[in-house]
Amino acid sequence: MHLRFVLRRLAMLAVSLLVASFVIFSAIFLAPGNPIAALSGGRSLPPESLRTLEVRYHLDQPFLVQYWYWLSNAVHGNLGLSITLRENVSDLIASRISTTAGLVLYASILIIVLGVSLGILSGFRPGLLDTSTLVVTAVSASLPAFVAAIVLILVFAVQLQWFPSLGNGIGFLDQVRHLTLPAFALAVSSLAIVARVTRSAIREEARREHVQTAISRGIPTAQLIRRHVLRNAAIPITTISGITVASLIAVAAVVEVVFGLAGLGAYLVQSAQSKDLAVVQGISLLLVTAFVLVNVLVDVLYAVLDPRVSLGSRAQ
Amino acid sequence: MNAEIGGALLELDGVTVRLPVEGSMRAVLQEVSFVIRPGEAIGLVGESGSGKSMTARAIDRLLPPGAAVNGRIRFGGRDVMTLAGADLKRFRSEVAMIFQDPRAHINPVRRIGDYMTEALRTNAGVPVSEASSRAVALLKSVGIDDGERRLRQYPHELSGGLLQRVMIATALLTKPRLLLADEPTTALDVTTQAEVLAILDDLRTDLHLAMLFITHNLEVAAAICDRTVVMYAGQIVEVRSSSRLHTDPLHPYTAALAAARPNIEATTPRLLAIPGRPLSAFEAPAGECAFAPRCPHALDVCRQARPALIALDGGLSRCVRAEELRGRLEVALHG
Repeated sequence: MHLRFVLRRLAMLAVSLLVASFVIFSAIFLAPGNPIAALSGGRSLPPESLRTLEVRYHLDQPFLVQYWYWLSNAVHGNLGLSITLRENVSDLIASRISTTAGLVLYASILIIVLGVSLGILSGFRPGLLDTSTLVVTAVSASLPAFVAAIVLILVFAVQLQWFPSLGNGIGFLDQVRHLTLPAFALAVSSLAIVARVTRSAIREEARREHVQTAISRGIPTAQLIRRHVLRNAAIPITTISGITVASLIAVAAVVEVVFGLAGLGAYLVQSAQSKDLAVVQGISLLLVTAFVLVNVLVDVLYAVLDPRVSLGSRAQ
Repeated sequence: MNAEIGGALLELDGVTVRLPVEGSMRAVLQEVSFVIRPGEAIGLVGESGSGKSMTARAIDRLLPPGAAVNGRIRFGGRDVMTLAGADLKRFRSEVAMIFQDPRAHINPVRRIGDYMTEALRTNAGVPVSEASSRAVALLKSVGIDDGERRLRQYPHELSGGLLQRVMIATALLTKPRLLLADEPTTALDVTTQAEVLAILDDLRTDLHLAMLFITHNLEVAAAICDRTVVMYAGQIVEVRSSSRLHTDPLHPYTAALAAARPNIEATTPRLLAIPGRPLSAFEAPAGECAFAPRCPHALDVCRQARPALIALDGGLSRCVRAEELRGRLEVALHG
């Protein structure tokens, strides 16, 4: 059963990557502007140089042939050369991946730790805390990351000057300091959603009949909450956390641009503007892979948490 | 009466329960009093909303938050409502509850073994291995032979009938003195119902357990209970030994309940239904008999005051015309 699950997931990953690569390739191909112009910086080049460049990047070939060149190279682990930097795309990605991974990881930790704790607190304690949590999360759940970023910069970087608003920083602690505002900006709306879902999951699970059974058997309250309320609420909480964390991978680009972080997302935006096809393709595929892998992880966790779901049989 | 109370295991004395509904407190139980002696089985019968389950919940302290309880509930001579700490824990192990829907009342994400032994492990400090072997032994006594395997399974892997037997075995695991069974067979199919009832009855007799058996089925109550308490609109309307309830009811409502059961022997062109709909306690008019609006025997006298429970032939009836109507109740309904 488990082997079948892994195999099917791998096949799904491969298909997702193939479709994503084709869509991205077509989109860049159809977009206005051409890579040679970006390469020459707008200057007019002699026809023979133009010709050399076209041949080097296969720009003289038809669309499908270009896609095929790229695909067969990518399958062999060669993501090609950046048009603007003339460097290996894999190396360019490698030098920026830690910033993005750090940002997404930092934001995920914030979402899961703060969101779930806030949800648990307001779930078990109706009253002022619960009401204020509801109001605050209703507002922040609808806050786009770039708005959150601007507010955070205004308050914590400009007014209070607690955190820097630009750049990556040097050394571990300084990097964490530089990533703090971006991570909060990235996390804020998902954090609110996770808190709200956690709160309602806990309310719902606490009302279940089997909780009544446990009370009638004299199970102590702390154990009741841990083993019968939180344990069961963990199933919907895991699902919503997984979905929101996976979505961070895409939103990270916006936050990186706003905070001037040298991460994959910001680089993706920059490369798309300069029509650096190989880079756009490479980064996009990496992001799609990460997205699918996070979803696989959530599915596995889901099956571990809920015995009614078995890995082999959960097909959409 | 006093002699009875002295030997009572459970005693309810004028229990009134009010629940907050849409901002106001509404009565769901009114002046409910009865006793259960050690080893005695009492049936609690009535339509939906009559207060049967609320009675069990009040006894087991499972009422929803905000409920107001008046009157006294005593178990083994102690006031149940004020129990706390170790006393409450002991009460919980001595009074076990079996619920109607085992699938909803057993945590679906934990194994059967965990469910069965949780109370023993946590409250009595029994080691896992010993608790498990006791569970397997009890599963055998409810007719489940492969107990070891069942303990490792999850609730969704068992059928409803099997799960209800697991719940019965679990209820017996802490060696209770009183069993509260809230419609334990209603959610099961008919053949499984009979099996589960037989198991419950046998075990109860073997272990000399007292039981409050809640059902809407008069015949089931008559089959396994010594006495039956009939409830209507949150009040007791009749208390009678089960063997005589059917043939010689003391309250028109009991007679109507009995007549509403489909009868295999005497086929009638159409089934008899009680006219009108069942009332909740708070809906019943205060100054008259709660059943009067639906009662075929109601006279003006029934609408002048709420009748008290009167003793009659070893039973109790909340009907002012009980004595005069005796023996005519069933005839009147069928005619």
